[in-house]
Amino acid sequence: MSGGPGLESLVDQQISVITNDGRNIVGVLKGFDQATNIILDESHERVYSTKEGVQQLVLGLYIIRGDNISIVGEVDEELDSNLDMSKLRAHPLKPIIH
Amino acid sequence: MLFFSYFKDLVGREVTVELKNDLAIRGTLHSVDQYLNIKLENTRVVDQDKYPHMLSVRNCFIRGSVVRYVQLPPEGVDVELLHDATRREARGG
Repeated sequence: MSGGPGLESLVDQQISVITNDGRNIVGVLKGFDQATNIILDESHERVYSTKEGVQQLVLGLYIIRGDNISIVGEVDEELDSNLDMSKLRAHPLKPIIH
Repeated sequence: MLFFSYFKDLVGREVTVELKNDLAIRGTLHSVDQYLNIKLENTRVVDQDKYPHMLSVRNCFIRGSVVRYVQLPPEGVDVELLHDATRREARGG
């Protein structure tokens, strides 16, 4: 399907994935397929809480099954480096309820 | 197929996509595919104070399976045309 919202343009770029259980995983997109299964390299999870700033957990190379993916966002490196993660407070995202 | 064609006509318009986790994202509709996966440009989360999780994202891909609503611009909806098209599809023609 040409011209559709594929992920081709995001390959080798930093992306931010929000999963159906509300997790936020950031990494470099290495591959994907029709079912939105995704290969992420050098990934880390950003854990949000109301008590302290954002915690970053190193995950490494990850494959995320498409079923479990809500959003794939293109990370704007400039915006991202200007974010002060230690000051961000938020409730974790709610899970997807079908 | 009907709604796929319908969304293709809305490309370039400003829409708000509400997800099944209550997150609402506003942006310009860039593209859509047969699964109704949606790509938005110039995105911002509607309640950014409550949901700062996407502050560094300006373009995003939303999986069709997690979309609850797509809020459309009023001028993007021709109710008569949609009526006719849905009835035609229901008749199998």
